[in-house]
This record gives sequence, structure tokens and C-alpha cells, in this order.
Amino acid sequence: MNGIHDMGGMHGFGPVVRERDEPVFHHEWERRIFALAIAMMGSRTFNIDQYRQAIERMPPDQYLATSYYEHWLYAFERLLIEKGVVARTEIDVVMAALRAGARPPQPPVGKAESAVGAAENAQDAAGVAEALGGGARSLRYDESYRARFKEGDRVVARNMNPVGHTRVPRYVRGHHGVICRDWGVFIFPDTHARGEGANPQHCYAVEFEARELWGGEYPADDRVYVDLWEDYLDAERDAHSSEAKSLKNGSRKAVAKFGAKSHAKSRPKGRAAKPMGVRGAKKSAPHPDGA
Amino acid sequence: MSSHRHDDHDHDHNAPDTGPTLRVKALETLLVEKGLVDPAALDALVDTYEHKVGPRNGARVVARAWVDAGFRARLLADAVAAIEEIGLAAGPQGEHLTVLENTPAVHNMVVCTLCSCYPWPVLGLPPVWYKSAAYRSRAVIDPRGVLREFGFELPAGVELRVWDSSAELRYMVLPMRPAGTEHLAEDELAALVTRDSMIGTALVTYPAGAAARPVK
Repeated sequence: MNGIHDMGGMHGFGPVVRERDEPVFHHEWERRIFALAIAMMGSRTFNIDQYRQAIERMPPDQYLATSYYEHWLYAFERLLIEKGVVARTEIDVVMAALRAGARPPQPPVGKAESAVGAAENAQDAAGVAEALGGGARSLRYDESYRARFKEGDRVVARNMNPVGHTRVPRYVRGHHGVICRDWGVFIFPDTHARGEGANPQHCYAVEFEARELWGGEYPADDRVYVDLWEDYLDAERDAHSSEAKSLKNGSRKAVAKFGAKSHAKSRPKGRAAKPMGVRGAKKSAPHPDGA
Repeated sequence: MSSHRHDDHDHDHNAPDTGPTLRVKALETLLVEKGLVDPAALDALVDTYEHKVGPRNGARVVARAWVDAGFRARLLADAVAAIEEIGLAAGPQGEHLTVLENTPAVHNMVVCTLCSCYPWPVLGLPPVWYKSAAYRSRAVIDPRGVLREFGFELPAGVELRVWDSSAELRYMVLPMRPAGTEHLAEDELAALVTRDSMIGTALVTYPAGAAARPVK
């Protein structure tokens, strides 16, 4: 959805304010909501895409006026109610009791049988991770799905505006980029959030030049890499043909001109062909220890 | 802290809401009573992410990569396998970890514009600024301005690569080893490595806290 959470490229939020000696948590309730949410995801009450979507459904004015863990709390409560785990009236009753100073948390009637319970004696991160499923939580599939794109392919991020959950940021939609890495096959978040299945497909690191995203006055050396699933992408030539069909002559000329621009030719004079993404980072490491 | 409003709720709002503290306590109480969560498991999770998992993990990875070229190569090729070599586990939010190497020619920095994805196993939970609207909005359109606010000017001609963690991949930056540290032992090097340098918003300096030197 075109929500307030999709912030890339917005103006007006001011400087990045840092806190000196920042604690991991600022309030006790932050500790608890963090652990509650992780635990309930671990027991598969909801999945991570449903959780992200629940945060995105927060009214935008409320989203901006509240903190990160308040977003978590909003999503957590909403999902528990929607999934029928707790009723709103139950929450109201317990809150009223707590407000009146009554009803401290009671021990569970039976021992929790979920994977979460197994973390009780976890001594370290690995133990907790294992209890929560560890690698099993991975959203990556085996790689037996055909890849539509390969490294170096020119692509266009689709101009799409789904009202549900999606992980294609607005600031790349309609823009041209290059596949720089195939990360393998992952669960598709758009359908996963809707409870409509995994719809597994390849996910790629796609490289966009800052000038392509933001305009010609931006630095020629700057690039943004966004991880995008296949259903967010078209091959550049396909995008051209469909765009050309729907555009009038003047616009078509502009598209054709862009299409004629080779990636290498767009480099500043004297630079080598672009080192691409992660592979490039390795290639361009002649000074491993820095200056 | 603003109160936790629920505009879409249709119940009575006249009762005072003392904010998130009470609501979280109510939810935990209910889930414990229903046997759906174990308070001890919650305590273990909090303890893990408050005390055991944090940027010192990432700093150990960086220091090892600085002193061991073979490890660095393995780390850049397969970070999940490499961090296991030094006893770290690729737990939640680190299942698909990739390490990005900064060089005099290329500077990497990491953001999550859509939420606040972050490589927990190596950096712990993200700081408030990483989750802020200011960072998430500006890191992709004004990264050099953001770096300036963090105290260094990235020279023109250095390629700046911003990684928006929009999927399940998680990124950690391998910062450059500062000059003059050849005599330091691995644990002394690890002590120099800051969280921000592994997000890509700072350089590692020596002595620690010295002004950032130009990259070139």
C-alpha cells in the first residue's frame, strides 16, 4: 500500500538525531512487546509479512506520532484480535483490573507447548534462535525455480500500486535498473501477507543510479540497491514495448532515447565499466586494509 | 511518549489509558493465562537481545576480517558460514546476511526505508535513529548529507552504494581498517569498531574517537 511507512525519498523530517549511549530498550514495556511479538511469530500465530502489513495499516498521523515499539504494539494487538487469539473485551477487562491495582500476571494453567516454551532455558542467542526455529524461519526456498533474470539484465521496476502489503518502495517504481545479484528463491511477501500462499520466486538485488531515481543533478557516483522480487520487475525491452504502445510520439522518443543509453556509456569519462554490486565490491578491493 | 490511540476501536475511550505500559501488561497477562507464551521464554529473549547480541559481535567479525585475509574472503563470499567460524549464529534477522566491503573507492551504507530491517545477529537491535523517519527518508535521496551529519564528508569520486533492505537479505558493512593500527591485536582492533561504522554511517578511527580522516 502507498502508506506512510514507505518513506524513501521524502523530505521534511529534518536531521538524523542520535542519542548518546543509547540503551537497547528505553522502557520496560518495550522489552515485553519486543519479546511477545518475537515469541508469537515463533509460534506461527502470524507471519512476518502479516506483522509488517499490520504496522502499515496504522493511520498515518498515528504512525508518525508514535515510536517504533508503539508500532509493534499496535500491530501485535490488532493481529491477536483479528486472529481470534484474544478478544478486545478481554483486553479491556484486564486493563481495567490492572489499572485498579489488581490481577498480577497468573502462572499459566499448563506449560506452554510451543517452540517458545523451549527457549526457557536458552543460555544464549543460538539457543533462543534454535527455539524459535532458527534457520527454519528462513523465507528462502530451494532454488529449483526458473529465474527470469540474470545478472546484468536491465529491468524496470513495475509501476504498481497495490492496496495490500508490498515490498517494492514507491521511489523505484517505474525506474530502470540492472540486476546485480540473484539472491535465490523467497516467499513472495504480497501473497504471504494476504494468507494466499508462498508464491515463491527469485529475489534480486537491483541497482539503480541515483540520477535515474532522483534526477540529473544528483551525484553520478551514487547508487541505490533494492532487493526486489520477480513480480516487481519487467525486462527493460518488455517495459519499452508496453510503454511505447500506450504513449504518444513525444514520450516514445524519450523512452527510446533512454533505452539506447548503454549502462557502460553512462559512466563518467575515464571510469572502468561499472563494478556491479557485491561482486564489484570484491573486485574493487585493491586496498584491503584501507589507507 | 504519546498515548497509544486506537482510532478504529469502537469501545469506550473515557477510561484513562496510561499508555503502552498498561496495554502491554494486559496483553502479556492474557497470553500467559492462555498458556500461549511462557514468561521465562520472554525473559530469555529480552536478556539475549539486551545483553548477549549486539554490535560487539559485528566488531569481532570486522577485526577478524582485518587480520585474516582468508576469513575476509570467506566472509564476503558467505557471511552466514563465516560468522559461525567465530562462534556466532545466524539467528533471526540474520538468516541471509551479506557483508559489504568498504574500500577507498567504494563506500557502502545500509538503510531500510520501509520498516527498520537490521542484521540482529551481528549488530543487535537497531538504534532509534536508524528507525527514524529522518534516516529512512533521507538515506536513499541524500546519503551524502546524512554522512555529513555523522561527521564526515565522502569525497566526490568515491562511489556511494546505499543498500535498502527491502527483502529478507540483511547487510553489514565491513569498514576500512584505519591507518596506524598495524601493531594492534585483534581484540584491540575490535574495540575500535563502532556500530555506526558497520551500518556505513561512520568510519572507524584511530585513536578511537579521532576525527574521521578523508577516505582518499
